[in-house]
Amino acid sequence: MTPFSTSPAGTAAAPLPGKLVIVEGIDGSGKSTQIDLVRKWLIAQGYAVAYSEWNSSPIVSDVTRTGKKGRLLSPLTFSLIHAADFADRYYRYILPALEAGAIVLVDRYVYTAFARDAARGVDRGWLRKTYSFATVPTVAFYFRVPLDEALKRILRGRPELKWYEAGMDLRLSDDPYESFRLFQDRILAEYESMIAEFGFTVIDATRPMTAQQREVREIIGPHAEGALRAPPSAWKAVVRDSRIFGRYLDELVESEKPKKPDDGSADEETAA
Amino acid sequence: MSSSLTISAPLPGWEPEPLPGKLIVLEGTDAVGRSTQIAILREWLEAEGFGVATTALARSTLAGAGLRKAMDGHTLDEITFALFYCTDFADRLERDVIPALRAGQIVLADRYILSLMARSIVRGVPLEWLQTLYGFALKPDLVIYLKADVAALVRRVVSRGRGFEWWESGLDFLTERSPYRSFQEYQKRVLASFEKLGEIYPFTTIVATGEVANVNKQLREVITPLLGTLPG
Repeated sequence: MTPFSTSPAGTAAAPLPGKLVIVEGIDGSGKSTQIDLVRKWLIAQGYAVAYSEWNSSPIVSDVTRTGKKGRLLSPLTFSLIHAADFADRYYRYILPALEAGAIVLVDRYVYTAFARDAARGVDRGWLRKTYSFATVPTVAFYFRVPLDEALKRILRGRPELKWYEAGMDLRLSDDPYESFRLFQDRILAEYESMIAEFGFTVIDATRPMTAQQREVREIIGPHAEGALRAPPSAWKAVVRDSRIFGRYLDELVESEKPKKPDDGSADEETAA
Repeated sequence: MSSSLTISAPLPGWEPEPLPGKLIVLEGTDAVGRSTQIAILREWLEAEGFGVATTALARSTLAGAGLRKAMDGHTLDEITFALFYCTDFADRLERDVIPALRAGQIVLADRYILSLMARSIVRGVPLEWLQTLYGFALKPDLVIYLKADVAALVRRVVSRGRGFEWWESGLDFLTERSPYRSFQEYQKRVLASFEKLGEIYPFTTIVATGEVANVNKQLREVITPLLGTLPG
């Protein structure tokens, strides 16, 4: 995967001063938990950390939601609408933060599309070219877990699986759980074949969570040095020290809370 | 039968099959008179007894409304826009165009991949990327390029009475603040892109600056030979 040599605006692409760290893996690999712990760790050290997750562009999410609810998506349109969603997040949020020199953590990057869409029968070469505008990550972690272990983690308690999440559109099986298993198995095979192709940093996701996090932090540590710093919520400390309080500040705190996307537009993942 | 093949990439999940219908594409820039010509062609073809379906940009079940809403805000990056347009295109291709061709209908497409590529190219999106992106598109049976010079487009826009519209004038990225001058600059670039694309994807050119009836007569002349091979 090579990034565009020029930006879409036609200006020469400068090397990006920021650091891009992404996590990949099948549902139930625990990658979201791990990147969340990384985020807390980096923020605590005073870094300005940007974070973005799959399927969360506000502009595109209406279409994705409509498509999923109405089961209107084919493998091709499923792929394209997720590419549009990714591009919106990339140009609006990920790229500017990298230009600013920040550490950017991304839960699922282009490889999720490569794996999931190829599992739906979309051409691998076409996918790589379509996403070629995205820059190569500084570190791409792949949380490797055997299928049965991932399924055990996700399907404990028999959660309701959504149509596309279970790969029901592929007609692999009438049973959502069986369909999900077959679909995840295909995705896993795609990830495995990408390890060498993209030089993933493989993390054994069957190890204890804290051991994984230690390993991940050791790898990220040297890359973080020199990245943009911004003390978190600096104004809060100032306000607290001056003993200022009141409802305008309460409203401000409320407005700064991260907005959760609506139910239907949330990531397909069921993993906790 | 050439419409059973795609341009350069497979259409996922679609087994190439004989499609007895005909895919006829009218390309051309804004205000060139495409919709008028398509309406007349449709009346004519139906009167002749052919089944006709039409398709146009931002009209897909899946993404049409979302795309139109996004355009209202004009806040998207060009790559995002290209992918959004492509989603709309793919949905119409799979949901509307292919079933109509399978049923033996004539599909009149009000713009196809060249117009979509041209609008992206003038905004700096690499051509090579667009070519791969749209590789899954069906090869049309006939692509007609309605050609007009900028002066003719200006006359048409002014007499249309809606003024120079934001997107048609490239006001989203050109620095010229006068809609009239921006329209001229933008359309000049779009027309140049069409000429360049014509070297890669050959089309039949019809000059669209003349009388509507005369342009339509020329369109019928190039379309008529296709009709003989239709079933029924």
